[in-house]
Amino acid sequence: MTSPYPMLSVLGIFLGALTIAAWLIWLERRLLALWQDRYGPNRVGPFGLLQVVADGIKIFMKEDWVPPFADKPVFILAPAIIVVTVLMSFAVLPVAPGILISDLNIGLLFVLALSSLGVYSVVLAGWSSNNKYALLGGMRAAAQMISYEVFMGLSLMGVVLLAGSFSLPTIVEAQRDLWFVIPQFLGFVLFLIAGLAETRRTPFDLPEAESELVAGYHSEYSGMKFGMFFVGEYLGVTLISAMITVLFFGGWLGPVLPPIVWFLLKTFFFIALFILLRGALPRPRFDQLMSWGWKVMLPLALVNLVVTGAVVLAWR
Amino acid sequence: MLSILQSIWHVFLHTFQKRVTVQYPEEKPYLAPRYRGRIILSRDPDGGERCVACYLCAVACPVSCIALQATEDEHGRRYPEFFRINFSRCIYCGYCEEACPTYAIQLTPDFEMGEFHRQNLVYEKEDLLINGPGKYPGYNYWRVAGVQIGGKNKGQAEHEVAPVDIHSLLP
Repeated sequence: MTSPYPMLSVLGIFLGALTIAAWLIWLERRLLALWQDRYGPNRVGPFGLLQVVADGIKIFMKEDWVPPFADKPVFILAPAIIVVTVLMSFAVLPVAPGILISDLNIGLLFVLALSSLGVYSVVLAGWSSNNKYALLGGMRAAAQMISYEVFMGLSLMGVVLLAGSFSLPTIVEAQRDLWFVIPQFLGFVLFLIAGLAETRRTPFDLPEAESELVAGYHSEYSGMKFGMFFVGEYLGVTLISAMITVLFFGGWLGPVLPPIVWFLLKTFFFIALFILLRGALPRPRFDQLMSWGWKVMLPLALVNLVVTGAVVLAWR
Repeated sequence: MLSILQSIWHVFLHTFQKRVTVQYPEEKPYLAPRYRGRIILSRDPDGGERCVACYLCAVACPVSCIALQATEDEHGRRYPEFFRINFSRCIYCGYCEEACPTYAIQLTPDFEMGEFHRQNLVYEKEDLLINGPGKYPGYNYWRVAGVQIGGKNKGQAEHEVAPVDIHSLLP
């Protein structure tokens, strides 16, 4: 199942993920502008595509400042953690047959584990900044991500039950007849919401919450360290969209077009959906967020798991 | 829940709506003729300066951005020796134009006066003077005013009655 030239697909997925994440900044600004009847960045290069390059040059030229009151080693480590953990998740992502770095038999668990590790980045950033707002943001992130992670894992167990495997390529192959979004629609909705919360995107961006917490956990960050959080966030969006594609929408499967095109098209669709949700939805109150997670989403995920398990048991 | 989906759908429908942004440097906005932009000094139809250096604009200016010095030529016509507007202070309120008794100072529909050096925003008289009468084409202050200047005696202005000879007894 893995590629004949492993290094080539490692390089391809690594660079591909980073490029997509970088250009997502441009895409998000253009799409948000489109939905707000504006144009967004359209000056630098064709359609403003080189805006990312300009921003990149600018952000590297910025002063790289560590506040004197910060816990220096942790402060520097925190932005690296998020990028590393998300990039490592790409290792098990089946892009197309043959384009896969590693076919772990516990691939799905690996992704869930690394997304849990990603919480450390946010929490440590908030803690080491030694700043009230950053700490509040970090604490919110910890509470939010831990509570949403619980049913994120549970919502995927239906898919695992149907496919009978934790390996992502096997899950894709199991959807040759029917995409799992149809038998597992509830699981899909739950995973979409949990994924939004995991990537801390707008309806669930309480850890950042510009209007209340300055910039939340990354208030004290500047220069490329600040940039790393954003690269991490957009990598996370790409990863969650790709995971939705793989787990519920049949990954690379599709007629006529080559598999990689199908995969990219489906992933792009969910990235656009993420941006649309950001453009449309306001931020809930923190207690609403928590009670939603524990009182609504978690029971629903459990019900989904139990019913799927019962159906699978009765079927076989 | 339904309202959330509804608002997502409504935001999505904006994909097909016209964008409101005006792409400025390529697409110029319409500016009304009475738009208050860059200030100019206009001339009479016959080419003389209209400004009589009465200082009313400088007094009316709320930010004191106008500086001038009055002087007189050999015909007795008052004119400004220098006339300086500091556009880095100007707030384009148009009070100078309202105060001007001779329609000399006028605001124009031009706002593109960005500069890299602040000093370049200080406009001297030669920068301000234009070769035309601006918004009031036919008006010539010295032709209608009852002031005596070289080449025009009392009673020779337009619509001016000849002065009464108070030494004569005839009615």
